[in-house]
Amino acid sequence: MIVPENFRYTSDHEWILLEGDVATVGITDHAQEELTDIVFVELPEVGRECEAEEAIAVVESVKAASDIYSPVAGEIVEANEELEGEPALVNIDPHAKGWIFKIKVSNVAEVEALMDAAAYAEFIVV
Amino acid sequence: MNEQTIQQTPLADLHVELGAKMIPFAGWNMPVQYTSIIDEHTAVREAAGIFDISHMGQFFLSGNGAEEWLNGILANDVKKLAIGEAQYTFMLNEEGGVIDDLIIYRFGDDQIFLVVNASMIDEDFAWLNKHLADGLILTNESDDWVGMAVQGPDSSAAYAKLFPDRELPKRNGIDTWEENGEKCIVCRTGYTGEDGFEFFSSVTTGSAWFQKFVDAGAKSCGLGARDTLRLEVCYPLNGSDLSPKRTPLQAGLGFFCSLDTDFIGADVLRKQKEEGLGERLVAIKYTVKGAPPRAHYGIFTKEGEELGELSSGAMSPSLKEGIAMAYLPVDFAKIGTIVDIDVRGRRYEAQVVKKPFYEKS
Repeated sequence: MIVPENFRYTSDHEWILLEGDVATVGITDHAQEELTDIVFVELPEVGRECEAEEAIAVVESVKAASDIYSPVAGEIVEANEELEGEPALVNIDPHAKGWIFKIKVSNVAEVEALMDAAAYAEFIVV
Repeated sequence: MNEQTIQQTPLADLHVELGAKMIPFAGWNMPVQYTSIIDEHTAVREAAGIFDISHMGQFFLSGNGAEEWLNGILANDVKKLAIGEAQYTFMLNEEGGVIDDLIIYRFGDDQIFLVVNASMIDEDFAWLNKHLADGLILTNESDDWVGMAVQGPDSSAAYAKLFPDRELPKRNGIDTWEENGEKCIVCRTGYTGEDGFEFFSSVTTGSAWFQKFVDAGAKSCGLGARDTLRLEVCYPLNGSDLSPKRTPLQAGLGFFCSLDTDFIGADVLRKQKEEGLGERLVAIKYTVKGAPPRAHYGIFTKEGEELGELSSGAMSPSLKEGIAMAYLPVDFAKIGTIVDIDVRGRRYEAQVVKKPFYEKS
């Protein structure tokens, strides 16, 4: 199980990587392993403003559709359109090429309040 | 269904050992997948896979006049069922709606083995008993048997490895024998559209048989792959594509209903055949790339008029396209009709196509 050090994590198994005031968001290695066989990703619209924990995207495996929540409040500035052609990138490379959207964060402190790698690693064991 | 009423498949420990993810299905704790639904699906299409079907129910009927009685209860003509063969059939209510779809096996003139859906065991057994004729003996043997379906082009090779001295019966044929004093039943049937067989044995020997088939090359497969495989070939799932409110004629399965026999519901079917079906179960395929279609999603005309909802749906692992089935008014059930499927407020265009979606090349 990969849990990269410099990322933050939610209890819904999203990861978030902050650079300046823009954060990249995806689902964790643990989440993709649980879902398996991602066949479709419904991306958020660029320009959409959202609250923290708002359902903003959908990841679908063969068996089920799962909501993806924005870890923090902000405005969507980019969505990973490569996933439209190759949704399996979420399985193959969840923490890099499988990113889902980028969000301009309203309050950077919200990111820092999320679980760090050590806390998330412990969270998924329990 | 609460925790107390969930039943364990007798193979549960083995499934967990083989890495299965277990889920409750039809009141049973069953494997939904081991590694990946797509990998398991592909194994069945290209090689061989094995499914636990121990959740299904088994009844045994015997007694003088069993055939005549069954012809008053089941839609297909039991007189056409030879000894050593299997027949797909329906149990219908008085309105002609489907209580259950089942396979019956004839072991002897008046000896019939019935395999019914897991969720319907109690209801079917009660229905049959309610109508049971004097002199017939009907027993529910569901707790005594385990079942497994070995499916795929290499399934007969796996069978030959386990039973080098036995010949696999021909399509729909059955064979019964004893192995170390334990009864075995095999039938060349399945629910995947591939060559294959279903194998029933005692609860105590079940895990050992399953492991032997795995060792002989069959990949362990869960209910997830079973559902995508059956949908690609348009085999109906009771409770989704079949219901007490629809007849087998509406489901496009009139071939399995013998309208010149007098079974419960036959009058309704004959009338429907004469006066029209109203709605038909059709195969629908996306014309665009889109979110996987799933049961209960709404179906709309291009003009936005609601036509109904999907009874089944999936992203087809073989075709990589969205496929679904639904009951549509006959005017919209023609091949080529364009409709929209609503997924969370977004509409994806789809087309009524010929059944099945997938055919062996």
